[in-house]
Amino acid sequence: MLSDTDGGVDARRHPEEPDAVPEPPRHPEEPDAVPEPPVLEAADVTMHFTVRGGLGRTSTVKALEHASLRLRRGRIVALVGESGSGKTTLARLFALMYTPTSGEIRLRGEPVGPRRGRAAREYYSEVQMVFQDPFASLNSMHTVRHNLARALRIHGRAGRDDIEERMHALLERVSLTPTRDFIGKLPHELSGGQRQRVAIARALAVGPKVVLGDEPISMLDVSMRLDILNLLARLRDEEDLALLYITHDIAGARYLAEEIHVMYAGQMVEGGPTEEIIQNPQHPYTRLLLGASPDPARTLTPGGSSVFADVEDSGEPPNLTDPPPGCRFHPRCPFATDSCRRAFPARTELPTGQWVHCWLYPSGAST
Amino acid sequence: MVRRLLKDWKVRLGVAVFAAFCLLALLGPWLTSALLHQSPTRLDLNAVSSPPSSKHLLGTTASGQDVLAQLVTGTRESMLAGLVASVLGTFIAVVVGVTAGLAGGIVDSALTGLTNVFLTMPGFALIFVISGYTRGGGPVVIGIIIGLFGWAGGTRALRAQAMSLRNREFVLAMRMLGESRWRLAMSEVLPHLIGWISAMFLGGFVGGVLAESGLAFLGVSDPSTVSWGIMISDAQQGNALISGMWWWFAPPGLCIALLGASVALINFGVDEISNPRLRGANRALVKRAQEASRAKEVSHAR
Repeated sequence: MLSDTDGGVDARRHPEEPDAVPEPPRHPEEPDAVPEPPVLEAADVTMHFTVRGGLGRTSTVKALEHASLRLRRGRIVALVGESGSGKTTLARLFALMYTPTSGEIRLRGEPVGPRRGRAAREYYSEVQMVFQDPFASLNSMHTVRHNLARALRIHGRAGRDDIEERMHALLERVSLTPTRDFIGKLPHELSGGQRQRVAIARALAVGPKVVLGDEPISMLDVSMRLDILNLLARLRDEEDLALLYITHDIAGARYLAEEIHVMYAGQMVEGGPTEEIIQNPQHPYTRLLLGASPDPARTLTPGGSSVFADVEDSGEPPNLTDPPPGCRFHPRCPFATDSCRRAFPARTELPTGQWVHCWLYPSGAST
Repeated sequence: MVRRLLKDWKVRLGVAVFAAFCLLALLGPWLTSALLHQSPTRLDLNAVSSPPSSKHLLGTTASGQDVLAQLVTGTRESMLAGLVASVLGTFIAVVVGVTAGLAGGIVDSALTGLTNVFLTMPGFALIFVISGYTRGGGPVVIGIIIGLFGWAGGTRALRAQAMSLRNREFVLAMRMLGESRWRLAMSEVLPHLIGWISAMFLGGFVGGVLAESGLAFLGVSDPSTVSWGIMISDAQQGNALISGMWWWFAPPGLCIALLGASVALINFGVDEISNPRLRGANRALVKRAQEASRAKEVSHAR
């Protein structure tokens, strides 16, 4: 298993000389060895919400800062971070529920603006979302049949004759069998896991290329979670779906995803291939996150030399109406320096395919 | 849903009384003329101001009209005014409130402004002035006026509900399917407002009956029609209270009170519908009780 000590030593390698080792020349936006262009992409999006308080006062919630993310066919990208880190905001930007303050969402390279009516329908025929709470995402007054039938009808994916057949096929795909028992049910007659399967079937009904999963298993009973994760993995393989998997559980992300991106307080701090992130986390926050997930190996070395041992009370995420300047993690970071307080570091690409935004690394600060 | 509603004795009583009034309004005038051979306007000069008797079951007025016939005819007129007022008022409230809540932005601001104007208008005084201007005009006109000035309160409640429903995940999920705004409103949002709307409708109904009676009592009504309010107004002018003619003013007053009470009883049940958590709790409770009794049986069997 991974050990925190490795990461700690790694991180301390160049704390004083951030510019010592020159990076091999590589375009920072273009990870190598990925032949296929992304289906859906967030390019440098920033989202600020204006909140009206009493007495006409307004404040700005800086929910997301310069985030970039690419979703490719047949790949699952996990977006990991704690509550309020901007994960859901990014998903909702992908779902066109908000218009980004700056930056853009691109579908197959084409920028997507705010859409209505037919244009929105076209977009949603390719991008679907599975919500966190299956008790809230299904209308308590409509049957499974209504949900699936509407999805099929709106997108003209079934005529009068074959709609029943297609609905049964959808339920079969999400393993709600025998389908005849489920199709007439109302949500309150189903368990949480079954509801989430219905929600997934509804998303699949339009034949999407991208599915956005906003913590799809966090509200489910623990015994159901693995089933849903396996279902998502199967859909990725069988349908060649691009999946965004949002979670705060880094272990689940490791199980499912090819790629992990870590967010903190609206900033993307680290990303890369799953195993690299898990085995060799670079950003102090990623290490804190990994340290927080249960690890059987750790109990064997009590009082192990975690870099966070001396900061046991490692604080909480900042208030996003007034975030700390520079890297927003610096108030909790054991390695914080003056540069951390001044500016958010540029992206450092590592030879492993990882990238990290941290002043500890010889970075594109100069670029 | 209806069956669950009727399980409550309060609701059953309320529905029974309300249905009786509806039947009376529909069939009453025919019944009085065909079975009792009485008309609300005919003057029986042999029996002026007579107390209830076998000939006049509820007595007669100071000018010799049959009170029962008047009461039954008045039921139709009063309830017609209430019905028109509540249908119109609820319709405007639903259209304005749900549109404002779902649309948001400028539409919401404009509609909320309009609602607030109507909310702060002294409604009854305005109704008084306008119905005075239209010179009565029967129950339908009065109902229309009451409905036009009585929708604002309910609109606020519906707007708030629609706003909270708009951002619920099931609405977002259906919007992400590409569902049109119209269908989102009609098929996703409105069904959740049924409890509110029916409560509002029933409340508006009683409000309409009361407002009509109030207007008639104050003399703003078509004197050629007979309604509960006009009966009370006539009784007051005929010094019924002083001369002890209780059979003249008590029946219409009681009818208004009974109708109001029946609607209040129905609303108890409707409240449960608009708050599904109450229902869920009940069902869970029933289930638990059943399981407990089953467990008892099993232990007894052993």
